[in-house]
Amino acid sequence: MGAVVDKATNVDNGQVPEQTDISWAIAFRVSLAGVRRRFGRSMITMTGVVLAIAFLSYMLATESIINALVNLNDDQLNTRLQQMGINIFRGVKTEPMTLLLLGLTLLTCMVGITNSMLMAVTERVREIGTLKCLGARDEFILKTYFIESSLHGICGAVIGLVLGLLVAISVCAYNYGHQTLLSLPVLSLAGNLTVSLLIGAVMTVTASLFPAYVAARKQPVEALRVEE
Amino acid sequence: MSKPIISARNVAKLYKKGDEEVHALRDVSLDIARGDYVSIMGPSGSGKSTLFNIVGGLDTPTTGEVLVDGHTLSDLNSAQLAWFRCHKIGFIFQSFNLIPTMTALENVAIARTFAGVSSADARRDAAAVLERVGLGHRLEHLPSQVSGGQQQRIAIARALVNKPLIILADEPTGNLDLKTGEEIIALLNEMKRDLGITVITATHDMKMLSCSDFVVKIDSGSIESVTAKKDLKITVGSIDGETVM
Repeated sequence: MGAVVDKATNVDNGQVPEQTDISWAIAFRVSLAGVRRRFGRSMITMTGVVLAIAFLSYMLATESIINALVNLNDDQLNTRLQQMGINIFRGVKTEPMTLLLLGLTLLTCMVGITNSMLMAVTERVREIGTLKCLGARDEFILKTYFIESSLHGICGAVIGLVLGLLVAISVCAYNYGHQTLLSLPVLSLAGNLTVSLLIGAVMTVTASLFPAYVAARKQPVEALRVEE
Repeated sequence: MSKPIISARNVAKLYKKGDEEVHALRDVSLDIARGDYVSIMGPSGSGKSTLFNIVGGLDTPTTGEVLVDGHTLSDLNSAQLAWFRCHKIGFIFQSFNLIPTMTALENVAIARTFAGVSSADARRDAAAVLERVGLGHRLEHLPSQVSGGQQQRIAIARALVNKPLIILADEPTGNLDLKTGEEIIALLNEMKRDLGITVITATHDMKMLSCSDFVVKIDSGSIESVTAKKDLKITVGSIDGETVM
């Protein structure tokens, strides 16, 4: 039934028009109401993202800060760096083992998001069905779930990357003294933050595609089904 | 009877449950006139819900066709059905089905925005309808903060906000106590009388019969009887006598 219905067509000439797509703004409002009033739940989902991104951000920031210290080539600092097992001629480069661990952490976090969003979809079958009875199209449901998990992802990523950065700075300052704070590599840290945010965003968006699709496919009849 | 607003012709619905075939509806034909209040009665599993879903454009018949307001529902694609549900039908559910995270006002307004109305206008219309169903003082309450009867009133406001032709109410009093249930029925009846909306309810509830123009009894997927109100008075006793529950 791929017949294209003219936008101007209305019931008066015998044709039922197609329901126009409901805007992102309305979808955003529905999602936000959900996140706000299910705040505790959202926090739990977000915690996974926060921890994974904090880990990533911590690793990247530590690497940048230590390399900045190595570049200072200060005698006293070099002794201290060597005591900590850092090669002052080559600087630091994250080990493959650590990268693997990092990758696994991010993957676990993604699975966590997918899992909790799928649970949310199952819990809210009736809600989805009701919205469809009121005239929502699949695209609208897709949008609301997509926005909801993106909100979790982006808020979680922002908190996580700030957390990771703060911890990295504190640990370095503790180990190498005030020099750390005086010579923070602002530019490369900003780069790190951007990378962490991007990875966090891509990760959550990817993780939420499947649950959003499942939600959109739920049938309106489910809203009428008596007690689960 | 003038041109019916709902016309079901030889509707049958067949489900496959594993190897078993379930005839939810067998050759049902039914006309409902505009502005009528029709109660569909029948035990659970009688096909009542299936008939309901088909009329509301939520489910499609295996054979036969359903015309609502002159449109054959099976000819519509999913986007047209969404438009149809949004503009022509108001749904009321046994368990109210309000969005728990939205206030009374938001619950009603969202339905209005689906019809393409701007948010500000939608809120204004929603407030007016909530006022109409007697909840003008509960606009900012969440569903969990009001009683069951009030939740069902919010749901009725939501069903009415887009000025539908038909209200489909599935056991609207099923989760309410006797007195609140009566108030909800009275409210539906008032909407029918004042706004000329066709009301169709699926029910077990004997209280609903007194204000129905027609009572359709359905069993094992077939219509057993269609009784007009004037004939109903005489038979109430006997219906009461049966344990339809």
